[in-house]
Amino acid sequence: MKKIASLFAALALSVGVQFNAFAADATAPDALVKSVTDDVITIVRQDKAIQSGDTRKAVELVETRVLPYFDFAHMTRLAVGRDWKTASPEQKTILTQEFKTLLVRTYSNALTQYRNQQIDFKPLKAKPEDTDVVVRTEVRQPGAKAVQIDYNLEKLPEGWKVYDVLVAGVSLVTNYRDDFGKEVRAGGIDGLIKSLKDKNKQLDTTASAKR
Amino acid sequence: MIKHMPDTESLAARTATLGLALALTACASTGGHPKDPFESVNRATFSFNETADKYVMRPVAQVYDYVPLPIKVGVGNFFGNIGDVWIGVNNVLQGKFIDGLSDGGRVLVNSTVGIFGLFDVASDMGLEKHDEDLGQTLGSWGVGEGPYIVLPFLGPSTVRDSVGLIGDLQVDPVWQFKEVAVRNSLTGLRFVHRRAALLGADTTADQAALDKYGYMRSFYLQYRLNQVYDGQPPRVKDPDDE
Repeated sequence: MKKIASLFAALALSVGVQFNAFAADATAPDALVKSVTDDVITIVRQDKAIQSGDTRKAVELVETRVLPYFDFAHMTRLAVGRDWKTASPEQKTILTQEFKTLLVRTYSNALTQYRNQQIDFKPLKAKPEDTDVVVRTEVRQPGAKAVQIDYNLEKLPEGWKVYDVLVAGVSLVTNYRDDFGKEVRAGGIDGLIKSLKDKNKQLDTTASAKR
Repeated sequence: MIKHMPDTESLAARTATLGLALALTACASTGGHPKDPFESVNRATFSFNETADKYVMRPVAQVYDYVPLPIKVGVGNFFGNIGDVWIGVNNVLQGKFIDGLSDGGRVLVNSTVGIFGLFDVASDMGLEKHDEDLGQTLGSWGVGEGPYIVLPFLGPSTVRDSVGLIGDLQVDPVWQFKEVAVRNSLTGLRFVHRRAALLGADTTADQAALDKYGYMRSFYLQYRLNQVYDGQPPRVKDPDDE
């Protein structure tokens, strides 16, 4: 009995020590998506402020619990598409930052709409050597057809990172491509940066007006 | 079933579609989105729809949303059950016979044990709800979507999906009611119910998009492609992702 207890202690210790490496490296992509989802839902279920529409708290939750597993540079590259190559490194950094702000603002609000929907995780169809996989999930709610949510993940040296989210087959990232392309044609990369900044500012003012 | 529909009405629908198509062709512009040659007309219809939604549809849906959840679920199930017949037919048309059979089973179970479709007992039994329509069937047969069209009140569509929609309406059980008052009430209720289901999600596009028109267009085209492939569209490596 004592032996087992010490074994557990050792295990717990090694897990604790290696936690960072473990979270980043060894976790399978489907397990990663599930643990982050469960984590966030548990918090939202207990947080009355988020349930009653506190956007700022929702953003905070997303920033601490979700963002570490997202690759925003990749997402921005996908959203901008062909014009990405013409952007300078500085422009790329600003674009990524502004796009990240826009996505986080927009979709954190979705958390305030959460009302006990059930999330099903589909079995992962991937080979162990795959470095680019889709994790499929479904959100179920009474009286409505389940909504399909797919996460595209890529294996990077620091672990699996989400680079696209598809809701009912619609990529939240590439859905921007037409929009962004139009901005770039009209005002170059700097025009797109300006539009994104304006949009974020506008969201900021509406958010504080509501508060 | 078509004979229940007055001939003049379907003729009117066909003439309207033809007229619309011609009007759209007349003002086709160049240089825009490849799938949206009628962008200027579409944008006008889009902003009309936005205004109508803001002042009429959305407020009505917000009032409807006060209805207790169990009743709303019942309403959704009722229209869902009515729709399952045609969904089953479309599954068969697409060669998915097992799914079609399952849809038939759903209608049987839900119309009886589920009390006229108010309760979705079939889903609890493991008969999954599907989502099919004639536009998807045409798509699965290889019919291209054609130009993007924004329909008044109904919103984003394509030429293929509009043709599909006309077919869907011809066999729609709600449209078969001879009594105009019943037919219109049911149609209105279904419309409001669907709009209410989008409350909460509808503001997301406003927040997310730089240009809502383009955002919704891209959304609709991706959404339909996903539906045609039943949630598993071919995954192509993005040429711009490197």
